[in-house]
Amino acid sequence: MASTVHPDPAWRGRLKATVVCLLLLYPMLVASEFKPWLLFDPQSLAAAGGFLADFLRPVLKGEFLAMVLRETWQTVAIATAGLSLALLGAIPATVLITERLSISTLGTGRMRPAARLVRQLLRWVLVLLRSVPELVWALLFVRIVGLGPTAGVLAIALTYCGMLAKVYAEILESSDAHASDSLLANGSARLPALLYGALPESSAELVSYTVYRWECAIRGSAVMGFVGAGGLGQRMEESTKMMAGGEVSTMLIMFVLLVALADLVSKLLRRRLG
Amino acid sequence: MKPPLPPAPPRAPGTWVLLASLAALVVASFASLPLQLAAFFTPEAVTSMREFLAGFTPPETTTPFLARTLTALWETLAMSLVGTLLAVLGGLVLALPAAGRAGRIARSLTRALLNVLRSIPELVWAALLLVAAGLGPFAGTLALAAHTSGVLGRLFADALENVEPLPEASLRTNGAAALAAFLYATLPQALPQMLSYTLYRWENNIRAAAVLGVVGAGGLGQMLKYHLSLFQMQSAATVVVAMLLLVAAVDAASFALRRLLTR
Repeated sequence: MASTVHPDPAWRGRLKATVVCLLLLYPMLVASEFKPWLLFDPQSLAAAGGFLADFLRPVLKGEFLAMVLRETWQTVAIATAGLSLALLGAIPATVLITERLSISTLGTGRMRPAARLVRQLLRWVLVLLRSVPELVWALLFVRIVGLGPTAGVLAIALTYCGMLAKVYAEILESSDAHASDSLLANGSARLPALLYGALPESSAELVSYTVYRWECAIRGSAVMGFVGAGGLGQRMEESTKMMAGGEVSTMLIMFVLLVALADLVSKLLRRRLG
Repeated sequence: MKPPLPPAPPRAPGTWVLLASLAALVVASFASLPLQLAAFFTPEAVTSMREFLAGFTPPETTTPFLARTLTALWETLAMSLVGTLLAVLGGLVLALPAAGRAGRIARSLTRALLNVLRSIPELVWAALLLVAAGLGPFAGTLALAAHTSGVLGRLFADALENVEPLPEASLRTNGAAALAAFLYATLPQALPQMLSYTLYRWENNIRAAAVLGVVGAGGLGQMLKYHLSLFQMQSAATVVVAMLLLVAAVDAASFALRRLLTR
């Protein structure tokens, strides 16, 4: 017979490793309250079953659909407005922190202490802006300005300002230094050196990163609605609380379509502008 | 005297249309949103903002509260790890049909399922799963698992499809069983890549788990939401600092690990 059983030569080691991993995993399972049987207890099964059954019948009434479309537009608008405000902060910050425009580095390779200090301080501010998750910013702003899209716009503006400025500076610094260095060395001011020396080479990359971030912002603004920052997420949260499965289902479909559309538009834009 | 500038290169009319529609999108966004940005620059707003911000300092540092924060931190970490492990299992199960091992139709159907799993964010999953799993970290764990299964399933399927098919084929023609041929020929080739995807997703999931709680799914987020809704700003400040420390630690660890692995 060809089908003799060949035991795995390494089975002892594999078994030992599995047991050790499971032992290490156990406290984690306890901490995350991993109790899958809870899912199958009759009460929660009935609740989830009813909710899921409603899912199969998305609400398609005209009035409701119009509301969903309005909220979807609001989600897009929050992302776009937030990103525009973020650019207002990110572009000046990039010009300030990028080492490509440092005149004291030319030739000597060392930056003036004062310039170094300013750049480092601004970098830390940007790190702070982007390390607080956008959802936490949104939660804070909801406390300040109340429920509604303003909180979402501000949250996106702050987080993305930190992200964009950092990545813009990195893109500029990773491009070829020759053009901007010659301009600066021959007495050009910083802004022309940026516009004519550094930008032409990296503009495609800058644009494509911005468009990618816009796509991320749309996803983010839908999610931020869950803490009350307006848009599709806020309506979805309300419908989930009321256990209206049909409404949630419609909005989820809308959300998936929106993300797919943003993906498509972003690909198109990147090919066109990049 | 300045020499005349050379003429600007011509632009395709399509580009102008594109730029104009982008500008229109930005204007329409600002116009359609009921933003009260101007209200921020009134003197009253500035003082109330200052009072609000001053409320955060100093962060609460009593021992029992720090112990609670630490517990929530541990819970966040546990959620992310268990969620990622569940996602590895789910991703593997879905990756096999998605890599075309059960025929064309199964491949496109599983890929569509993976797309849906992936395009719904963790937070939305958490809000939905609260219905079935109740408040607490278990819902968050399942939410991370659901979203990450979609991501990892897709990545695993691509990794499996890109593997050299010859070793498995030769084992099969020499009479090895299908499972054994897969386990000893295809899986070992794809494993390093799958492992690095998993680590990367775990890193993402720690960050996601920290905020997932704001819908009631456990961990640091739930604590933050709780204290903010009671306007206990000093406690909230401690939780935010804990979140920042967690994210910074994860970033540093992944940076160090990558250095170590690529050297």
